Amino acid sequence: MIATAEPGMRRRRLGASRDDLIMRLGLGVGFLLLTLTVVAPLATLLVKAFQDRAGGFVGLANFLAYAESPALLRSLHHSLFVALLATAICVTLAFAFAWCLTRSCMPAKGLFRAVALVPILAPSLLPAISLVYLFGNQGLLKGLLFGASIYGPIGIVMGEVFWTFPHALIILLTAFATADQRLYEAAESLRAGRLRTFFAVTLPGVRYGLISAAFVVFTLVITDFGVPKVIGGHYNVLATDVYKQVIGQQNFQMGAVVGLILLVPAALAFVADRFAAGRQVALLGARSVPLAPKPSPAVDAAAALFCTAVAVVIVGIIAVAAFAASIKLWPYDLSFTLGHFDFDNVDGGGWGSYRNSLTLAGWSALLGSLFVFTLAFLVEKTRGLRWLGAATQLLALLPLAVPGIVLGLAYIFFFNAPANPLGAIYGTMAILVLNTIVHFYAVAHLTAITQLKQLDPEFETVAVSLKVPIWRSFLSVTLPVSLPTVFEIALYLFVNAMTTVSGVVFLYSPDTTLASVAVLNMDDAGDTAPAAAMALLIFTTSAAVRIVHTLVTRGLLARTQAWRRRITEAPREA
Amino acid sequence: MQTKLTRRGALLLATLTLAGAIGSGPATAATELVVYTALEADQIKAYKEGFEKQNPDITIKLVRDSTGIITARLLAEKANPQADVVWRVAATSLMLLDQEGMLDTYAPKGLEAVTANFRDPKSPPAWTGMDAWMATVAFNTVEAQKRNLPKPESWKDLAKPIYKGALVMPNPNSSGTGYLMVSSWLQLFGEAEGWKFMDALHDNMAVYTHSGSKPARMAATGEYPIGFSFEYRASSEKAKGAPIDLVFPKEGLGWDMEATAILKGSKRVEAARKLVDFSVSREANEFYAKNFAVVALPGVAKPLPHLPETIATMMIKNDFAWAAKNRERILKEWQTRYDGKSEPKS
Amino acid sequence: MVTLADVPVPVGAAMPRPEAFLRLVDIAKQFGRFTALHGISLEVFKGEFICCVGPSGCGKTTLLRIIAGLDAQTTGQVFQAGAEISALPAARRDFGIVFQSYALFPNLTVARNVAFGIENRGLARLRVRERVAELLDLVGLAEQADKFPAQLSGGQQQRVALARALAPAPSLLLLDEPLSALDAQVRARLRGEIRALQRRLGVTTVMVTHDQEEALTMADRIVVMAQGRIDQIGTPEQVYRHPATPFVAEFLGRMNVLPGRRLPGDRVAVGDVTLHCAAGACEGTTETVTLCIRPEDIAIGRASGDCANMVSARVERLEFMGSYYTAHLAPRGIAAPLEADLSAQAVRDLALRPGEWVEAALPRDRLRVFFGWPR
Repeated sequence: MIATAEPGMRRRRLGASRDDLIMRLGLGVGFLLLTLTVVAPLATLLVKAFQDRAGGFVGLANFLAYAESPALLRSLHHSLFVALLATAICVTLAFAFAWCLTRSCMPAKGLFRAVALVPILAPSLLPAISLVYLFGNQGLLKGLLFGASIYGPIGIVMGEVFWTFPHALIILLTAFATADQRLYEAAESLRAGRLRTFFAVTLPGVRYGLISAAFVVFTLVITDFGVPKVIGGHYNVLATDVYKQVIGQQNFQMGAVVGLILLVPAALAFVADRFAAGRQVALLGARSVPLAPKPSPAVDAAAALFCTAVAVVIVGIIAVAAFAASIKLWPYDLSFTLGHFDFDNVDGGGWGSYRNSLTLAGWSALLGSLFVFTLAFLVEKTRGLRWLGAATQLLALLPLAVPGIVLGLAYIFFFNAPANPLGAIYGTMAILVLNTIVHFYAVAHLTAITQLKQLDPEFETVAVSLKVPIWRSFLSVTLPVSLPTVFEIALYLFVNAMTTVSGVVFLYSPDTTLASVAVLNMDDAGDTAPAAAMALLIFTTSAAVRIVHTLVTRGLLARTQAWRRRITEAPREA
Repeated sequence: MQTKLTRRGALLLATLTLAGAIGSGPATAATELVVYTALEADQIKAYKEGFEKQNPDITIKLVRDSTGIITARLLAEKANPQADVVWRVAATSLMLLDQEGMLDTYAPKGLEAVTANFRDPKSPPAWTGMDAWMATVAFNTVEAQKRNLPKPESWKDLAKPIYKGALVMPNPNSSGTGYLMVSSWLQLFGEAEGWKFMDALHDNMAVYTHSGSKPARMAATGEYPIGFSFEYRASSEKAKGAPIDLVFPKEGLGWDMEATAILKGSKRVEAARKLVDFSVSREANEFYAKNFAVVALPGVAKPLPHLPETIATMMIKNDFAWAAKNRERILKEWQTRYDGKSEPKS
Repeated sequence: MVTLADVPVPVGAAMPRPEAFLRLVDIAKQFGRFTALHGISLEVFKGEFICCVGPSGCGKTTLLRIIAGLDAQTTGQVFQAGAEISALPAARRDFGIVFQSYALFPNLTVARNVAFGIENRGLARLRVRERVAELLDLVGLAEQADKFPAQLSGGQQQRVALARALAPAPSLLLLDEPLSALDAQVRARLRGEIRALQRRLGVTTVMVTHDQEEALTMADRIVVMAQGRIDQIGTPEQVYRHPATPFVAEFLGRMNVLPGRRLPGDRVAVGDVTLHCAAGACEGTTETVTLCIRPEDIAIGRASGDCANMVSARVERLEFMGSYYTAHLAPRGIAAPLEADLSAQAVRDLALRPGEWVEAALPRDRLRVFFGWPR
């Protein structure tokens, strides 16, 4: 008898339940949407780089043309120099700051932490404008530069360090938090000194965090064009080259070429970061004992002093922007005015831009958080079609490797192609929302996945055994339990939508001008004070939303998530 | 059960509304005219309202940017034009577009009243001039005193080494003001001498800005003491209290016309023509006269604060045809020579 | 003429016997190159409490997931209530499940957790409430209905999980190591409670556990699994008293294992000692055999009686076990050590001390003989 003729020997597969089909369908739709909004635009960008203006294939001609111009090497050199220097300074400062927050017993840690994260709420243009007021030719502290000009690498590096500091800090704080008390106790019992312990235990413990932070900062700096645009003077970098080619000369093909060049360091950083992130997690065993720092007056005082200095600089830079926005004519007429907030008489689209930014941020936060979380749920929980889940996961992380400016450019190519039926959204708010969600997709997705992994994997199994449809268990258990994470994602998307310039600068239309882009345009026209005013407005809005978020998380969640609050009241076994 | 259903219904409705709100663009009750302009942001509102008041069935959707950007954008969109009208963009740019065959001809009502040199010599004309703006140097007296800089009287003065690092001018690639200066120097001094002059000027230049307004504003705050700009921006900064003097170099002032034209392929030609008609109307010219010393209709212009009444006589004899025809070549040459000091956007 | 008997009947196509409520036929599971289950066949009868027991990695959890339809078997069939469900996804099978982690929904109250599977099924709200109250009563948690899971103790949470699983009145209850996360005392109490509840409801139950004591105390029948195979199926007494393999013998309870050689006349040579076995117990094909005897079956005395299977042994160590002692013995002429359990009174009476010599009796009817030597 042939084995396969036996029914009992046939290789079996479970039939798909309705839930399985719904989830696979959902996953498929998610995959398709990400393909349309991530892969297709990037592919179009790639194609454009090999075409001439008329759309004919020209091979490497565009690349050769760019390589022949001395501009490339100069910009590349500039970009690398600025990015490396900013990364070195930023990561060093963030490392020290994170150490102080986690390993010292200095007072006011909460306050220091809050202040250190403030720059994330401001567009990158804000520090650049403040630096002009501080160190420009009429700057308050011009003397500190000893005759050097702020317009150029010095200004760019200072601005970028300010802007990227919180990003590095968050990563390093996580790395420091994974420390195991037992290792320190072991070191102490072996009579290792503070310094030796630092090099033998502390540094190796956060090494992946350091790598990750360095790459993240490097990518942010090399792809940011807000800071070099405002304060770079004639110090060209790759990011501004893209902008220059596209906006200045409407040379989209050349823009695509520079964009692709920009993609290389970002993609490398992405790979390195994913590698490091994977390793960092592995360092924290389930049996680790969290580290409790011991007081040491001298060390704590030094830590407090250092953190105070950093905090003063951060607050100072915001304060200078506020000052710039509220005086009549720097430096000649320092009387107070709110006149610079009359945006309707300057470039950038006036108050309408601000309203548009709120609309963009609101929609991005609402739709983005729900979509991201739902798709992350489908990626995590869909049974069967594992390749699809893996592919979707890859697409969801891909935006981390794509600089905003490149994504924006890719969106022009893809959505503005006459043959594309999706072109209808070109020039509308919808494309801005889409671009913003996609631009910041990866971090949001990772946050959602982390949360989902923390949930009991048997929730769904139980629901299935109880014959409860998946959408109901999703809506009544998974989503409510994960609400803080969903809010976190929404806040992240909101703040980034308010502050981002690089993704949307190519995509806004006269009806959808944005506050962050307005800052750029005002500064271009020399309206620095209104630019500072708008940047401040963006910052204030982000900060206000952040505060509301905190209150909501505390208030509303306390009500809907009573279970979370009362965990500590669990009785001992009778 | 019923409450569940209604709740679900409400959710569905909300989702649909939401999709609708995001998907749909602005309301399209009136004819919407897509207009590209290089007009200053602080002047737009009055003009737009003036026109829309007269033509309530037409709304203007403005795309504003610097002359160079608008020009580049129009050229890039040549195959698939997005704009109906180019409104108040430098005549040299419009002539260039005309040479590319991108402009529709139209003789607006009241064209005959317009001063001859504000008209396209062709008939029917492809573009119609509205007003003129001219190179003006903003000179910060406070900073000049600190740096011990004498007040310049001529363009050639400004090329002297004493002004090293003290000058800012707009990049002609992006700024119409920048280009009219370069074009005027080449016309005034001849090509060879002109480039030599700009070489010397380049040595003094701190930075080339993206927009024509920015040099005046930088001079106003003293960021750099001397900014090459245009008369409206320089005088408005002075009016705001900036310690600047307006300098009109004695060799003569480069200038350009702001002009209007309809793009070939516009699907809203009727509305577009109304905008051109409005542009040459007396009412519109009175608007221009509030900001510009020289306007298209004779007798409308009136003296403006901080500007000499004789400013019209200081303007050079401008060969627009030459300036338009050679625009691309000149800009390319300029870029090769001086681009290093441009702001990132050029 | 071909009779029915001549037609080859495929193994799996045999009609399930009517009394078997759950029937597994030749279930195999392959994970890549690793075979987790080799041809498992099992019948579970209605109302029965079955425990699958075995060390971790023996495939018992995989088997449970295949019964639930959470994983697909590579080959083989599953029948439930007479119908083949081999390819049905979990959502279309009829079972309730309880996990080691309880998997209670943390944001829902106890009552809503229990109601989760019966809400929105066209059941009147009042009826749902009644059913929830009924179940909470059943598990003794009526007072806790409005609390959240995190406010309950582990044992209480597990009872909520049980009530939730039972709420839709499933015909099959699956328990995946339900007591492993609990303290010893609570565990002992819950064993009895679950067993009583199961009897009362008459729900067919399959429980998976690695704890032999749990299996012995709770199950109607025990399925002992090792390395993806079933070693033995039987009542607790059967598997304990008459283990089918040395593995079962060692896994369930403690066991003394003595490798030996078969001699004629129901005798086995273990080292220098010859032991007598029950008549016919040694009839086999191999020369090597393994003798097994449980510590509680060894009798210890001072005098060397003339009864067979008396071995002199030195007391190495006396281990205090609370209600009894375990004596670790080094028998003369046998390499393997022996363990014997003695009551506290016996130890007192014998005045046993380490280093002394005693006589250990290995009753022949308590000696189990396995062929071959232990792995």
